[in-house]
Amino acid sequence: MSDHEFTPKSKFGKWFNDRLPILTLGNHLTEYPTPKNLNYWWTFGGILTFCLIAQIVTGVILGMHYVAHADLAFKSVEHIMRDVNYGWLIRYVHANGASMFFLAVYIHIFRALYYGSYKSPREIIWIIGMIIYFLMMMTAFMGYVLPWGQMSFWGATVITNLFSAIPIFGEAITNWLWGGYAVDNPTLTRFFSLHYLLPFLILGLVVLHIWALHVPGNNNPIGIDIKKPSKDTVPFHPYIVIKDLFALLIFLIVFAFFVFYSPNILGHADNYIEANPMVTPAHIVPEWYLLPFYAILRSVPDKLLGVIAMFASIFVLVILPWLDTSKVRSAIFRPIYKQLYWFLVADVIILGYMGAMPAEGTYLLIARVATAYYFIHFLFILPFLGKREKTLDVPLNITEPVLGGGSTNPSMTKNQKEKI
Amino acid sequence: MIKFIKTFLFLFLISAISSFSNAAEKSEKPLNPGWSFKGFFGTFDRASLQRGYQVYTEVCSACHSIKYLSYRNLGEPGGPGFSKEQVKIIASQFEVTDGPNSEGDMFTRPARPSDSFVSPYPNEQAATAANGGAYPPDMSVLVKARSGGADYIYSLLVGYQNPPSGISLDDGVYYNKYMSGNKIKMANPLSDGLVEYADGTEATADQMARDIVTFLAWAAEPHMEARHKIGFRAILYLLIITLLVYFGMKKVWSRVETKV
Repeated sequence: MSDHEFTPKSKFGKWFNDRLPILTLGNHLTEYPTPKNLNYWWTFGGILTFCLIAQIVTGVILGMHYVAHADLAFKSVEHIMRDVNYGWLIRYVHANGASMFFLAVYIHIFRALYYGSYKSPREIIWIIGMIIYFLMMMTAFMGYVLPWGQMSFWGATVITNLFSAIPIFGEAITNWLWGGYAVDNPTLTRFFSLHYLLPFLILGLVVLHIWALHVPGNNNPIGIDIKKPSKDTVPFHPYIVIKDLFALLIFLIVFAFFVFYSPNILGHADNYIEANPMVTPAHIVPEWYLLPFYAILRSVPDKLLGVIAMFASIFVLVILPWLDTSKVRSAIFRPIYKQLYWFLVADVIILGYMGAMPAEGTYLLIARVATAYYFIHFLFILPFLGKREKTLDVPLNITEPVLGGGSTNPSMTKNQKEKI
Repeated sequence: MIKFIKTFLFLFLISAISSFSNAAEKSEKPLNPGWSFKGFFGTFDRASLQRGYQVYTEVCSACHSIKYLSYRNLGEPGGPGFSKEQVKIIASQFEVTDGPNSEGDMFTRPARPSDSFVSPYPNEQAATAANGGAYPPDMSVLVKARSGGADYIYSLLVGYQNPPSGISLDDGVYYNKYMSGNKIKMANPLSDGLVEYADGTEATADQMARDIVTFLAWAAEPHMEARHKIGFRAILYLLIITLLVYFGMKKVWSRVETKV
């Protein structure tokens, strides 16, 4: 594909590129060999990049009109909704954008779980991804506090209070986080500051995430190592670019339905009531994308252990590449893992549902079972299963399963077979 | 692609079911009288908005503020559609405190269209004290601040009943079918013929409830009509460009054997 290669024509361009080869960096990106059998679950990386940039752009504009002060925050949000030109649009894109971002990231993560994308040699990509995910949750949580509605205030109170469970230093840490003795103006201003900062850290990590990805290259649905470039790959541009664009547009249609026709359906009505420290809402619930963790937190009777369980539920994901001992990546060739995978999906959805329900009676019982299963899946089943599971035969290259026998290139298949 | 869509629909169905069962939690389901502002092309009924404004000023505004609304909003596109002159006249009927003037004194003057709606009480404490310890909530975003939205507020307004036997109510507490806990500190605010509509519509309690809720829905979301209109165009545009990109993608990928 060297005919596509870009070389700077002008004298200045050449001079500049010799010193900082950023002009020819694009060649690496356009020619980046990508497995040709990637399905649509692989388009969410591009969608997520779009989400991040959309959040930053809308967020910067909102920051021009928003006032981070306990007495003025709620009012300034209404000012944005009513008086700023297209302020309602910018705010609804930003608020629903957070939900869409998480929807996409959950699909992205569960795709990696299904196809074993976290396994060697992609552990670092996975760990960076998990750090991004964690920062996303922090950013989203702090962003939800900014409108200073009832859920903002009480959500912030509940979550920051978790740190008081830490022995000895707990109270000192919570006071330090609040900047006082309760959630108040100093809390709001620091949350605003951090909410503005973290997305740029995420952006930096996304660059590292993609960089780390471009070292081994993409995993693929059948999860085998492929030669690059080869018959099994296509250059990133135009093949993957246009496919990602198509998927992004479909995603945007869903996004637009939320923004224009039910912009508040994913939020909580109570957040349109200005924060009032004297009135506690009947149910304090976080945004939907944090519900599974909220369920894990509440299903442990002890506060400190609950907090530990919640953080551990993310930490088990970080060390997942070493918990899953199976050498076969894709669930397609792991019949038992494939079923357990769907159990896990159901488990997480159940946890999310229980997170929205009051923590009592049957709800609490189901949440406890689901929490236990979540940890059992990662800590016991996966290490054991990898050693015992009888996996199906993995094809040697992509062309073979695609064409049903690799008839176009039998010599290549044969050669590879001989090598093994 | 087919498999992808199947899986996606499956997950969507699960989450939809869980969210519906979530909504079914409420004891009394709010009524749905049918609103002109719902749906893809939903617009506000101008006459209803104007009547709703009348109900707000003559009834609700005795206790409820609506502080994020300005008089000028009444004449803006997508709203009740009062003319510029009407808005000026409406605003001038209210007195606002302004100042300090060059002598350092505060003074009162008739409101201008740029002023926000005058609140009945100087602050939340005064409002609470004057209403038996229950703060009459600000109505600016009330429709968005209650789950059930317009339906819920309409239901509440027509949901006053005599308490069933066995339930005794304190003084100044009323029974309402739709209020959570069924106890509300607001007396039934609407009764037939309470206001005399300027446009001659018969002012039944039900009619007033519809009108005020329409007005409040607009007050909570003054740009809703623009949102519906832009949304329709945006989605139409996205559908067309998606189709074009789809055919482009098919063409590009026809060079390799893999299907997309």
